[in-house]
Amino acid sequence: MAGDTGTKERSNSGVGARQIRREDDRLLRGKGRFVADIKMSGMQELAFLRSPLAHARIKSITVPDALRDTVYLAADLTGVIGIRADSGLPGFRSSVQPILADTKVRHVGELIAACLSDTRAGAEDIAEEIQTEFDELPAVWDMTAAQSPDAPLIHENWDKNAFLETQTEVDFDGATADAAVVVNKTFRTARQCMAPIEGRGLVAVWDRTLEVLTLHSATQMPHIVRTGLAECLGLDHGQVRVISPDVGGGFGYKGILLAEEVCACYLAIKLDRPIRWIEDRREHLTAGANCREHFYDITGYAAADGTLLAVDCNALVDSGAYSSYPFSACLEAAQVTSILPGPYKMRGYRCSATSVTTNKPPILPFRGVARTGVCFAIELLLDAIARELSIAPEEIRARNLVTPQEMPFTNITNKYFDSGDYPEALRRAIEAIDLPSIRSEQKSQTGRERIGVGLSIFCEQGAHGTSVYHGWGIPMVPGFEQATARLTPDGGLELRVGVHSHGQGLETTLAQIAHERLGITIEKIKVVHGDTAYTPYSTGTWGSRCIVMAGGAVATACDALGQRIRNIAGHLLQSENDDVALEDGVARAGTASVSIEEVAKTWYLKPQLLPDGVDPRGLEATEGYKTVQDTGTFSYACHAVKVSVDLDLGHVKLLDYVIAEDAGTMINPMIVDGQVLGGAVQGIGTALFEEMPFSETGQPMASTLADYHLPVAADIPDIRIIHMETPSPLSYFGQKGIGESGAIGPPAAIANAVNDALSSLGAEVAQVPMTPERILAALDQAEKGDKA
Amino acid sequence: MKPVDFSYLNAMNLEQAENALAGQSCSIVSGNQSLGPMMNLRLARPGVLLDVSRVEELRRAEETDTEVRFGAAVTHAEIEDGTVPDPTGGWMRAAASNIAHRAVRNRGTIGGSLCHADPAADWVTVLPALSAQISIAGPDGVRKVDAIDFVVGPYATVLAPGEIVVSVAVPKPSAAARWGYWKFVRQVGEFSKASAAILDDPDTGRSRVIVGALGRQPLLIDKPDDVIAGRIDGKAALSHALPDMPACAVRMHAVAIDRAIEQMAGSPE
Ligand SMILES: Cc1cc2nc3c(=O)[nH]c(=O)nc-3n(C[C@H](O)[C@H](O)[C@H](O)COP(=O)(O)OP(=O)(O)OC[C@H]3O[C@@H](n4cnc5c(N)ncnc54)[C@H](O)[C@@H]3O)c2cc1C
Repeated sequence: MAGDTGTKERSNSGVGARQIRREDDRLLRGKGRFVADIKMSGMQELAFLRSPLAHARIKSITVPDALRDTVYLAADLTGVIGIRADSGLPGFRSSVQPILADTKVRHVGELIAACLSDTRAGAEDIAEEIQTEFDELPAVWDMTAAQSPDAPLIHENWDKNAFLETQTEVDFDGATADAAVVVNKTFRTARQCMAPIEGRGLVAVWDRTLEVLTLHSATQMPHIVRTGLAECLGLDHGQVRVISPDVGGGFGYKGILLAEEVCACYLAIKLDRPIRWIEDRREHLTAGANCREHFYDITGYAAADGTLLAVDCNALVDSGAYSSYPFSACLEAAQVTSILPGPYKMRGYRCSATSVTTNKPPILPFRGVARTGVCFAIELLLDAIARELSIAPEEIRARNLVTPQEMPFTNITNKYFDSGDYPEALRRAIEAIDLPSIRSEQKSQTGRERIGVGLSIFCEQGAHGTSVYHGWGIPMVPGFEQATARLTPDGGLELRVGVHSHGQGLETTLAQIAHERLGITIEKIKVVHGDTAYTPYSTGTWGSRCIVMAGGAVATACDALGQRIRNIAGHLLQSENDDVALEDGVARAGTASVSIEEVAKTWYLKPQLLPDGVDPRGLEATEGYKTVQDTGTFSYACHAVKVSVDLDLGHVKLLDYVIAEDAGTMINPMIVDGQVLGGAVQGIGTALFEEMPFSETGQPMASTLADYHLPVAADIPDIRIIHMETPSPLSYFGQKGIGESGAIGPPAAIANAVNDALSSLGAEVAQVPMTPERILAALDQAEKGDKA
Repeated sequence: MKPVDFSYLNAMNLEQAENALAGQSCSIVSGNQSLGPMMNLRLARPGVLLDVSRVEELRRAEETDTEVRFGAAVTHAEIEDGTVPDPTGGWMRAAASNIAHRAVRNRGTIGGSLCHADPAADWVTVLPALSAQISIAGPDGVRKVDAIDFVVGPYATVLAPGEIVVSVAVPKPSAAARWGYWKFVRQVGEFSKASAAILDDPDTGRSRVIVGALGRQPLLIDKPDDVIAGRIDGKAALSHALPDMPACAVRMHAVAIDRAIEQMAGSPE
């Protein structure tokens, strides 16, 4: 099955079809409805006074008398509690993120006062009139310095600046004994911002008759936001409805409960007026969407033939000042210890990881979460070992990758690899990039431009469930995923799901799945999502889980509904239920058939025709779904990239890019391509451009998109994707989660390619983004080393 | 962020603009591609905006035998597209086509770019290399300033309050002239990290080597003929002109000089 590129006959809109995205018609015509499109009469605009300092005690906040009734401070938020997201892991230090700070600020951009006006500009004018006095404290701006015993404490009642320290050790002692080489490296990834095209935003409305708060919020997890909000505001769940309309990209940032949301909802209730807050790009960059910052001190032990014997690592994640809801401050670092080995076999393993507390905004899970960092660390380490042993990068990988014969495979950290052929992905990527011709091209280069080729291989655990997440002990653990499938009286199908689609194309793929199971034409299938009032509870869209979990739930609900349709159809056709098949919108038994529309009409409008003993639950089924085993599906990929490096300027150009990936059964190959490409572009941003530097006083230094460089179309080569299709034995159709995959591989592959290009000069980069300054510094250092 | 409250005046001709400037303190706005972002960030807080983007005299380009005189409100896109004459037979069109993105070029203007005086801006480097001359109207009439003297520091020009740039005159180079302009940008649409513009025009005696994106006003390099001929290398010329410049910056700008020389060619048209 591995490597089956899927030439089998496929329905033109069911599972496997290259169905055009149904949501695109409205989005491309500008007919989408985003939070910022919502207007309500009497609506007030909210702007915040934010902390200008990274670490300070607040001495005083003075609001001019004339503005007093337009400004709200912490003391005005009666009964509101701060955001708390604890992990149950032993030793976790708990933080409470105030909705509005009143005693101390712990990062630039922290909320201090909420200001209301008819316009955003007016609200900003008010914020400028508020006088604040601070006692500034030294800022903890660097995660390595935060560890020092004399670093100031960010949370004064803690013993150190760390949310959590975790360790994993498996058979480490003794595993290193036969090592022919020991290679130690330090690696760093920059703090990034997620930068979806739409930032956060909300409109909060209080219905005083129903006593229901409706929050329209650009969120990927409406049900979780509802739970978090109810807790912070002291409301019953029944009093909170969250609507997530069209959302312009999430990437993890929109999974987070924001203090801004809690504050705006409180004000909407208190003032009984709609309140709107639309995050601007400056707030987004400097106070909101921070992610990714890792540090690795990693040592690899290998035999002379390149066999990996052991890996030893000490990792730090700069987690910022607070633990954010619901993922907590520790998820990222704690994941490092369990996923660092990637798809490689080794005899011994030891890793410790610390979620370091700093005076920066909380670190949030971004597409790929910890994987992008660990892939960078392990893949650069492998290349370094290969260089040391004078063996080829592809050879060291082939030697250590898990093989298809070993599947299913449980790795050294107890990760269960469900299926796949990793060496084949490597082989196909190398073939497509034409490695031999790059190697011969390299032999003849003499000028000031050098070419290099780099590889990275990784797996992406997706749709992992209860058994994995309850271990973290965070506020949210996914269980059964539910979906409702409901036939309307005209034979249309409505699917209700608690996940949210904001770029993933779920309005298309979930309909394809329903079509596959029920045969109802895709034009008559409507996917309802993004409203807690309409949809079953779900943890939402994260962790590359939707196509597996919501897809499985939709299939299961459709199967239950199909049973009931067949039941009624069997009666109408005077045939046994078991003999009825659903296809092309009709129920067929032998040569007789009745349309599904007629079946629906019978249930809703002509009940006199129903059989005795008809299922009273009717033509609406809500079912829960879990994978066969909830350890997750493992999609994987090999990235291969050819670069050129300008030795005078340190400028990197991407000349060719190949991704050989395996998403299991593809529900819609075009959407898989879109996910992989979009992710890869973000990964290229991580590799070459994106960085939010902080000054030593904790000031964020890239406050606009002129300073925070995102990848643009002209930076991206024509990325070629090669699909493999090894079904997962765990999921409904064999599909695997692949939503984050593309963003994981590029930093490692591109850095390996740059290092390949620089290898004859003895220079090496170990940090992303690989800016001209960093590459020139590496070249300078190599030159100095030569002279020394 | 949103700008603080301001009022808006629109001038249709130079007289209206001058009257408005004489009457009150106001901030001129042309393409609004630099001022707009600064206002949005509340870094600029003008009380009154005077829009000159429709001023008739500023929208024209006039060609004579010896030069083209661009109205200050001619856009980058109009130069790129050849909607206005190019005195250099294509060099200015090429430079214009690499400023920012097309959306910015549609609005951004040659005069606005000079007056904003971003050290890394294209016209700020290119126009001095072409020996352009700038006409400024003020309460005391019109004065002319050489482009090389117009920018006096980062975001600073010789303009006095109440003055307005009316036009930029670019002389036609001789038939034998050669030109090279090279800038280092990692990404399309980005301001350059280093740049150099070089005109080799022995017949007119206007040969020049200008280095831009130095975080200061454009640098006029001594002995351009020696640099162009390779008798003085870029690094030496820079270190001589700016002895305190950090080594890594010298390196990047020296590359810019070298590559501009490598690219030197005659007019395409
Ligand atoms: C995303 C982006 C990328 C960019 N990239 C580049 C680039 O690569 N290279 C580059 O060179 N530029 C770049 N720019 C700047 C762009 O070229 C602007 O158009 C230019 O700098 C300003 O021109 P403007 O007409 O928009 O001026 P405005 O923003 O309208 O005005 C700028 C300043 O000049 C003053 N001013 C304008 N006209 C006059 C006048 N006639 N007399 C006196 N004062 C006047 C204004 O008062 C103001 O202080 C970029 C801009 C953006 C937004």
